[in-house]
Amino acid sequence: MTWTEEALRTVQEDASHVHVAFPGAARRARAEGVDGERLRIDLLLALPGDADAVAALVQEVYEHGDSAEKLAVLRALPELDHPTDRREAVGDRLLPVVRDALRTNDTRLVAAAMGPYARTHLEDTAWRQGVVKALFTGIPLAMVDGLDARRDDTLVRMVSDFADERRAAGREVPADAWLVLVDTPSTHHGRSLR
Amino acid sequence: MRIFDPHIHMTSRTTEDYERMYSAGVRALVEPSFWLGQPRTSVGTFCDYFDAILGWEPFRASQFGIAHFATIGLNPKEANDPRCREVLDVLPRYLEKDRVVAVGELGYDSMTPEEEEVFEAQLALAVTHELPALVHTPHRDKLAGTRRTIDVVNASGLEPGRVLVDHLNEVTVGEVAGSGCWMGFSIYPDTKMDPHRMVAILKEYGLERIVVNSAADWGRSDPLLTLRTGEAMRAAGFSVDDVDRVLWRNPVEFYRQSGRLEIDDLDETVGAVAGATFEGNSVLRGSRD
Ligand SMILES: [Zn+2]
Repeated sequence: MTWTEEALRTVQEDASHVHVAFPGAARRARAEGVDGERLRIDLLLALPGDADAVAALVQEVYEHGDSAEKLAVLRALPELDHPTDRREAVGDRLLPVVRDALRTNDTRLVAAAMGPYARTHLEDTAWRQGVVKALFTGIPLAMVDGLDARRDDTLVRMVSDFADERRAAGREVPADAWLVLVDTPSTHHGRSLR
Repeated sequence: MRIFDPHIHMTSRTTEDYERMYSAGVRALVEPSFWLGQPRTSVGTFCDYFDAILGWEPFRASQFGIAHFATIGLNPKEANDPRCREVLDVLPRYLEKDRVVAVGELGYDSMTPEEEEVFEAQLALAVTHELPALVHTPHRDKLAGTRRTIDVVNASGLEPGRVLVDHLNEVTVGEVAGSGCWMGFSIYPDTKMDPHRMVAILKEYGLERIVVNSAADWGRSDPLLTLRTGEAMRAAGFSVDDVDRVLWRNPVEFYRQSGRLEIDDLDETVGAVAGATFEGNSVLRGSRD
């Protein structure tokens, strides 16, 4: 049995083993020709228990993780939120993880936090802040899931103000601002960026 | 000149230092966990510190084109404080992390029984987690401390070739040269070595198992003293290849024993690939948010 198979089997039987296996999982998986982040996600998906127990463990794994581990947790969220015959969906229980990532200055974590899980669960005020932070820090808005679906007048107003501030400072307005401001003729904030 | 600084405390340094280091040729470094100047009083503050040198600091370094690795351990000074002992219990979690390339800095400060116990326990952790160990030598009673350090290493079961004994000087280098351990020299104003004395040691002892670092931290120190040592080596007749061996290949060889030094990233193009970017969008702005 490979290290990868053994780790998955052990975590299925004893959830707390995830703390042992998770930190070194990526390099051990790579040594066996398995994608490291995929294995980390699979370890989280293998966790037994009800949604409360799984969410508590995943949050601990995130809190104990380095950047690569935190990224894997963030990228596992949509799948953890998808119920299967052996597991309930975690629902919004892991929002604290998303909020933590959005508070960081690590753009990889911020980008990963604005995925499908945030689109589904993160409340409007925090989600809009996440979009503007992405714009502010050079994260392509293509990495924000559900931008068109969740964009609202308040977000358009915020991005328009951001563009005004950049222009006032003689600085470039990120081209991605258009992804928020485009097709919004109904609002006076949709004025030209030039 | 490409430079791997095997011992530098970047949490104490500015972004300007990163820029100067990159210009000087620094493309990779190891940040050992150490004493912060101010005593810590609980395990939680250690965890936050370890998380910073495994999380935020590598990200910060990557923005300047420098690959950042760390060593994790309970330093000898704080080994004497019973409030910090619990750090030993959280170390196994950290010693499995991908960017941890050694246990350290370990060793003696005042050579107390508490320090020795914590030192030995952490050498045992290095064996368990298949990591090399970075061991510093004490400032006071240095020669006796260095001898005792070698004795403890020899009794630990850790191969000497997996141990780097640091902050050596003219008086202590001979002890370590014969032990099979790696020899580290900190080029640090006033208290440790300077480039010209370093060149003299290289002439006498050769280039094998020797690494040179700046040990730059919150004290009066200079992250570019690795470069200055390379320049002094050239001026003294050492070849470009000799300088590359001391300032790059030797530290790579030592830390590669961890199996965690992502060596593919560590050629001279590392500056181009290490920067965290999204398809050409620099993320430098992230630091301003
Ligand atoms: Zn140090």
